[in-house]
Amino acid sequence: MAIKRPDGRKQHELREIKAKIDVVPNADGSAMFAFGKTVAIAAVYGPRQLHPQHMQDPSTGILRVNYDLLSFSVGDRKKPGPSRRSSEISKVTEWALEPALDLKAFPNSVIDVQIYILQADAGTRTAGINAASMALAHAGIPMKDLICSVAIGKNDKELIVDLNKEEEDFKEGEGATDFALAKLANSDAFTLMQMDGKIQPELVKEVLKLAAEASKHIYEAQKKALKEVVEENEK
Amino acid sequence: MRNEINEAHEAEEDSESTSRWAVVPGETIVSGEDYLPSEGTRREGENVVASRFGLAEISGRVVKVISIFGAFVPRRNNVVIGTVSDITFSGWLINIDSAGSAFLPIDEAPRFINRNEMDQFLNIGDVVAAKIWSVKLKGIDLVMKGKGLGKLEGGFIFKIIPSRVPRVIGREGSMVNLIKEKTGCNITIGQNGWIWIKGPDTDSEIKARNAIEFVTSKVHVSGLTEKVEQWFAEQK
Repeated sequence: MAIKRPDGRKQHELREIKAKIDVVPNADGSAMFAFGKTVAIAAVYGPRQLHPQHMQDPSTGILRVNYDLLSFSVGDRKKPGPSRRSSEISKVTEWALEPALDLKAFPNSVIDVQIYILQADAGTRTAGINAASMALAHAGIPMKDLICSVAIGKNDKELIVDLNKEEEDFKEGEGATDFALAKLANSDAFTLMQMDGKIQPELVKEVLKLAAEASKHIYEAQKKALKEVVEENEK
Repeated sequence: MRNEINEAHEAEEDSESTSRWAVVPGETIVSGEDYLPSEGTRREGENVVASRFGLAEISGRVVKVISIFGAFVPRRNNVVIGTVSDITFSGWLINIDSAGSAFLPIDEAPRFINRNEMDQFLNIGDVVAAKIWSVKLKGIDLVMKGKGLGKLEGGFIFKIIPSRVPRVIGREGSMVNLIKEKTGCNITIGQNGWIWIKGPDTDSEIKARNAIEFVTSKVHVSGLTEKVEQWFAEQK
């Protein structure tokens, strides 16, 4: 049971979470979310009119997410601008967030979400989704629930919660598995499920259970950050 | 003061007697069949749950969530301040900082306007106060007939967070009237968060702006009118 993790965490322990609201003054809503050394900021603009016009949908509003690593966020400089990887993550983030939103109220409009990774140490998409969910709430957009996202991993045969870069690159035995998940905080509905590596089908149930458990901690951090900004206003 | 345009139903209701606290989307506000979910809330079995981030308020049996951040969502009868962004053959397109463009028909001009000389009355970049007549899928229609509405000349405009406009107006306009009284400025507040101030001199205009920004920085303090009076006393 007692597995040794490179940063001395327990097997099912998350990295230190930092969450903050209202970090981008010109956005309608914004948030910062950090898992240890992974730091993501998200800014929400809108609902506003959608351009190009042919994308407008008179029956519902749409959500448009742009995820990107900033050039200084990784070891070797990342060439700025969209890439195959960032467009994929933008799309899955969109799908992960949409079930929580009520976009029917904003026909022909768009809600733009910009997610930037300031520092990358694995789990950037999950940190991005957590930040975006808080930023959407901050922007006053009608939501069913907050979204909590976490990656569950497997090093050799052991399931671990919230991998860092070192664990993601684990090579021994069965190697490393990275299982990114997102769920609605107050229900059992998962909105994102992606996996790199291999896993036994029997273990997937265990993974979902761990994710639900970890989500509770993330939800508390998100809630605290959102409420804090109101209390600050009170003074 | 010429503008009596503050809509009673948009102004703040009974802020003194009820308590408010912050809630996040999906959080249960109260449980029990007795409560009626209103604005920003929904019922989920036994519980009344928040559908957006803001301040929860229970008045009697009615539960609602007042939002304190976010963009403007246009509604009928809202008074808005916007800038002219385009001139078409039948009217003006007005940018009111919301989803969907707003259209002001030529018939709304207070006098006859030759279609070839529409820029004589409102040119691109001019600022107008108008009322929302309808919000439809294809856009927003504005009207400009009414007290305090029309082209805004002189003074200056600035923006606050739209969801805090009811705070600045106060109950039945008490807050904005107090600021008008103390500074001698003419103030028009758009529900979209744009505010137009014109006063006898620049100093009082700036004072009015500072007072409004003081109000918007205090989201859920009760008895705010007294605090503003105190603030004015400290300024002297």
